[in-house]
Amino acid sequence: MILKTVSDVQQALKGVENGMTFMLGGFGLCGIPEKAIAELVTLGVKNITCISNNAGVDNFGLGLLLQKHQIKKMISSYVGENAEFERQMLSGELEVELTPQGTLAEKCRAAQSGFPAFYTPAGYGTEVAEGKEVREFNGKMYVLEKAYTSDFSFVKAWKGDEAGNLIFKGTARNFNPCMCGASKITVAEVEELVPVGELDPNEIHVPGIFIQRIFEGSKYEKRIEQLTVRTDHNP
Amino acid sequence: MLDKIGIAKRIAKEVRDGYYVNLGIGIPTLVANYVDQNISVEFQSENGVLGMGAFPFEGEEDADIINAGKQTITTLPGASFFDSVTSFSMIRGQHVDLTILGAMEVSEGGDIANWKIPGKMVKGMGGAMDLVASAENIIVAMMHTNRTGASKLLKKCSLPLTGVGCVKKIVTNLAVIEVTNKGFKLLERAPGVSVQQIINATEGTLIVDEDIPEMII
Repeated sequence: MILKTVSDVQQALKGVENGMTFMLGGFGLCGIPEKAIAELVTLGVKNITCISNNAGVDNFGLGLLLQKHQIKKMISSYVGENAEFERQMLSGELEVELTPQGTLAEKCRAAQSGFPAFYTPAGYGTEVAEGKEVREFNGKMYVLEKAYTSDFSFVKAWKGDEAGNLIFKGTARNFNPCMCGASKITVAEVEELVPVGELDPNEIHVPGIFIQRIFEGSKYEKRIEQLTVRTDHNP
Repeated sequence: MLDKIGIAKRIAKEVRDGYYVNLGIGIPTLVANYVDQNISVEFQSENGVLGMGAFPFEGEEDADIINAGKQTITTLPGASFFDSVTSFSMIRGQHVDLTILGAMEVSEGGDIANWKIPGKMVKGMGGAMDLVASAENIIVAMMHTNRTGASKLLKKCSLPLTGVGCVKKIVTNLAVIEVTNKGFKLLERAPGVSVQQIINATEGTLIVDEDIPEMII
């Protein structure tokens, strides 16, 4: 069995340098690699490019890296909940590439799967398609989008084993699976790390071949962005 | 004239038995509350869930189970979770039957703008560009005019586009309007709203036949 376990987040992020490009899983604050982000803040790496669907909130998630001005460029689909982000973007301090959400996922998957590019209908006729090749298939127009290239993927799973096999929970899965194996090195952090043989092979969401390093994180904060509840009177 | 709930109630009547439906943020989210209880419908949220249920009771919320608006939700029996690639395969592959979303502007050719006001507001398109580029059946839920009273149903959109020639139907506080190849076609008036009011509030070409019925909600 090929084991992927590293002892802690410091070992997991070995080799991270200024100017690198990272993919980070998560949708909003759901399923984000909390431990890797905290360590990136501690390391103080600068001029980084982050590929992540959102940019966190002001004081959590990728917002922590924005506060320290560590991010040179953000590639996201939606950045609406972060005032500091908006300020840095409008002032020109931060470079931002907005990409349709399905295209963003597919550009990660293409990198994971060995496709250099793909055609998608998303963004045709909009500024997203500017400067890109467009082509007609069966009477409909499509935009050519290229796979990302990235140095590290940081993903978060619910359970994992020492072989790097991963299982996600709920909607915390989101972008994490398509980022596994889409960078030179993929680091998975999990809430529960178990010995090989304990996970049912039928229930693995991401096979360990896509993972280079795995570690167990403790005390996940899992902050809720929009707590919405119902009462009997308000179904 | 309808309020936001009225718009949601009218759109709920467009939801048919057996539909998989994607609801955008805002008024579209409310539609789920008013769909006929006697039909089978599943709601998809692009962050990776099919079979969304109501909001959780206080204390039962789970940070790992949210919708695309980042709100805590519950799931119904038969629900499934999946990754973002699979989610957009459902959308791009036209497996979702109906998409309901909000808009800042719609043109008489069916173009939609809803993600950016240059120099003022840039939140991003999220999944909207993927949704409008692929969905066969798109209904826009919005107010007929903006806060300054200007029409949001235009000959041509002035804001950066989200998609071209994709909107099929619009439900506003004033009217139900179909997008045809000849322009907007007035189908129904909101209760208490005259045809003239709708004409006045519509900048784009509006086709008005005789006898426009008042909508039933």
